[in-house]
Amino acid sequence: MTFVTPVLNYAQLAPILIVFAGAIIGVLIEAFAPRAARHSSQLFISTFALVAAFAALMTVRNQSSVDAAMGSVAFDGAAVLIQASILIISFLAIFLIADQENFTALAAAVPGSQEERQALQGDMRVTEVYPLTLFAVAGMLIFPIATDLITLFVALEILSLPLYLMAGLSRRRRLMSQESALKYFLLGAFSSAFFLFGIAYLYGYSGTITLSGIQESIVGGAGNDIFLLMGIAFLSVGLLFKVGAVPFHAWTPDVYQGAPTAITGFMAAATKIAAFGAILRIFYVGFANAEWQWKPALVVIAIITMIFGSVVAITQRDVKRMLAYSSIAHAGFLLAGVIALSKSGLDSSIFYLFAYGIATLGAFAIVTLIRDSAGEVTDLNRWSGLGKRSPLVASVFALYLLTFAGIPLTSGFIGKFSIFSAAYESGSTAILITGVLASAIAAFFYIRVIVLMFFKDPVEDGTSVVIPSALTTITIAVSATVTILLGVFPAPLLNFIETTAFFIR
Amino acid sequence: MNSLTLLGILPLIGALLIAVIPAEQVLRVKQAALGTTILVAISAIMMWLNFDESNTAFQFVQSVEWIPSFGINYAVGVDGLSLVLILLAVLLTPIVVLAGWNESEGGRWSAKVFYILILVLETMMIGVFAATDVFLFYVFFEAMLIPVYFLIGGYGSGERAAAAVKFLLFSLFGGLLMLASIIGLYVISSKNGGATFDITELSEMHNYMSSTTQNLLFLGFFIAFAIKAPVWPLHTWLPDAAASATPGTSVLLLGVLDKVGTFGMIRFCLSLFPDASKTFTPVIITLAVISILYGAFLAIGARDIKRLIAYTSISHFGFITMGIFAMTTQGHSGAILYMFNHGFSTAALFIVAGWMIARRRSSTIADFGGLQRVTPVMAWSFFIAGMSSLALPGLSSFVSEFLVLVGTFTRYPVAAVLATFGIVLAALYILIPVQKALHGPTTPGNENLPDLNRREKFAIAPVMAVIIALGFYPAPLLNVINPVAAQVIESQGFTDPVPSESAGK
Repeated sequence: MTFVTPVLNYAQLAPILIVFAGAIIGVLIEAFAPRAARHSSQLFISTFALVAAFAALMTVRNQSSVDAAMGSVAFDGAAVLIQASILIISFLAIFLIADQENFTALAAAVPGSQEERQALQGDMRVTEVYPLTLFAVAGMLIFPIATDLITLFVALEILSLPLYLMAGLSRRRRLMSQESALKYFLLGAFSSAFFLFGIAYLYGYSGTITLSGIQESIVGGAGNDIFLLMGIAFLSVGLLFKVGAVPFHAWTPDVYQGAPTAITGFMAAATKIAAFGAILRIFYVGFANAEWQWKPALVVIAIITMIFGSVVAITQRDVKRMLAYSSIAHAGFLLAGVIALSKSGLDSSIFYLFAYGIATLGAFAIVTLIRDSAGEVTDLNRWSGLGKRSPLVASVFALYLLTFAGIPLTSGFIGKFSIFSAAYESGSTAILITGVLASAIAAFFYIRVIVLMFFKDPVEDGTSVVIPSALTTITIAVSATVTILLGVFPAPLLNFIETTAFFIR
Repeated sequence: MNSLTLLGILPLIGALLIAVIPAEQVLRVKQAALGTTILVAISAIMMWLNFDESNTAFQFVQSVEWIPSFGINYAVGVDGLSLVLILLAVLLTPIVVLAGWNESEGGRWSAKVFYILILVLETMMIGVFAATDVFLFYVFFEAMLIPVYFLIGGYGSGERAAAAVKFLLFSLFGGLLMLASIIGLYVISSKNGGATFDITELSEMHNYMSSTTQNLLFLGFFIAFAIKAPVWPLHTWLPDAAASATPGTSVLLLGVLDKVGTFGMIRFCLSLFPDASKTFTPVIITLAVISILYGAFLAIGARDIKRLIAYTSISHFGFITMGIFAMTTQGHSGAILYMFNHGFSTAALFIVAGWMIARRRSSTIADFGGLQRVTPVMAWSFFIAGMSSLALPGLSSFVSEFLVLVGTFTRYPVAAVLATFGIVLAALYILIPVQKALHGPTTPGNENLPDLNRREKFAIAPVMAVIIALGFYPAPLLNVINPVAAQVIESQGFTDPVPSESAGK
């Protein structure tokens, strides 16, 4: 057996490598830098790494090849768009993470122990969250561009493992946070096993682990279709788990609620983009010709996901759980873009992902601002009268709710319109009708929150709106602006996506 | 700049102006709002004078690319139908501002916010009638809900929050069904000669649809408009909304916004789906007749004066819908004129009722009595408004109601005969409250009610003038309306039935 020296296209891999480098430097800072200097240097390193990665991505934005890493990753227009979205959202998310009020002082300390009290009094901070974030971002950058199943699996693990840890870092209600982390980890491990199992079946079917190889086998029609079906099914379980589609959604509300809100925002926005990026590539490139094997199942899952997410969200009393169910419903809407299996399906999915990611991050940023003496207040009843306490904060949150509901002149409306028309164009009338009905149901609970904020009187129970830190303000301002701009003048971004987005095969 | 676009922007400029006035200077805010709305009304009248009555094509057109990826344009223009409704909207707005001079105080937010909402709403009312691009129409149609929602929920009385939510959810539900139909139209147009939302081009698309598709798309539009209009059995939101809103908001809601429903039936249902319109005509005529009688019966039983006016409107909207779907020129002319006249007679009723309620601090009809002796001017104003509502000959509503009935009789004699009972019932539902509230002995507690002051007389005088003038001489409006009515009927492939005298011989 001879080993061939791998030929790597470093320019195209640079964004990933830069983020990895930033993460490793972060680990070194944790190990060697004095405690006092850690926070600022970590913040600097991570923002710098993300900006540098974005710049590196922009220098190669017009390139496309399948040889960036010996055929393991594909670099094309869709990759650039999705990676750019992930980097932008991670950059904004870092600002939220920098607000350390959200995080425990010492993750290793047992909740309620003497050690924890000392850590709190000693003003310690969990600066390790920065390298963890960067590792997750690196995994997210690889996930949507991987073209062989092993790379895909490795990327999935790289992005998941840090997230499991980060979910347990909450400063308050630590037991709940740790429970959610454990739940996320166990279910995640379970779904990873399914994913791996699917890879094995697909290898058995086609004798290869590359997406293009699988595609050729499907076109050739030589293999055993049972293996193909099992392979697609198990692989899909792993992927649908990550995006929180029904019936693989059970972790979503608990983890969204338990994790520190900044992490929830990051996870909800960036993971969804990365996972849908990967799903789009796998189904558009790998399984496109097996359309009839997976489409009916995916249509059913999309329909159930839209309806379930919207209906269950109505009963929620906690803002983070409500946003979690809303994200489940949105996963259903996004699956419509996968089902469309067309150029317009790809374009609309990318637009939707970006618009939704930005708004989600903004919404969770607002959640971090509503606090009492015991930390964030997520009980919706205590949000009543927010419009009176702080009209600006309430208005911006209402804007995010309206964009989630898909009201015209917000980015969510353009996203919904484009993704539903793509689905209908490819013949999925059922998706269009369910999507519209689910949107109507969803509108109900979004509006209920608006009623609560604006038409109810404030309850005097110590709930207050804190003045956001400068960095959090930037995140909120940017996401609100983008949400309105993409609603009123979506043409530039839509045109850009239309001319850029394609999958190299 | 295009005069129509300018007309639409004017209220927005006024809103910005108000936004910079300090909230404490309430009088300045009110003056600015009144000034802006009067200016808009004058500009609209200037436009009417420049309008070429003989031309049935859109005039004052402007078309700018908005979202080229989807073939969406900012496209506006007016024909006789939209001109009449824009006139209605911009003439009623200053009257509402003047009549409800103190409505803005005592709400949940400042007077400033009230007038900003009113002016934003005015822009959207102009936009919704002027849009010649279906997508643009939809954007205004949906976005319009937000200011109304806050006007009802923030400044209304009683169960205002619940009424606002009910209004919003009903409208959103209808809007989303319409969105599904719009997506359907868009996809059909993109498969047949290029994606477009232009109303004229889309009116050719019915040639490419199967009858099932056309029926479904028609229903999507029609249900949205039937909720708006409101047609029985989709009317239940209206009495609640009208009873909770301030009188001024109710005038705009019933007088103008609900006309979007009947406007949409003509502009979209009939012209986009001619065959489906014919298929559904018998059902719709039946619903319209039920609305006429049902609304009238409920009005007779109403104890609350605002609810009474809302129920009479349901009855009147039945007449308008019947006139539209009778598919005769007279029916159409009558329906369009009815839209205008109903706007003014409802405005008169609501404005005077609002003053009565504000003075008596009660909206129960039984609490009034003998007002004619105490407050003669107010009582006479209410009397004339009521007579207009029951379509007394010599007042404006008579002309339109007569045209609708004649137009319907030539094609659907049974429906016309049944609808005529609506007129008999109208006499009851108007004369009973007139007798209870205005005549008879003065009810204790009413002895010292003040009569209309000078501002109120100024506000109601133009409404009365229009009601009486158009009753004697409706030609200025009919000259604008008739060509467009004839053109719609002709494009539907109908010819007016000639009444034959020999039938009975």
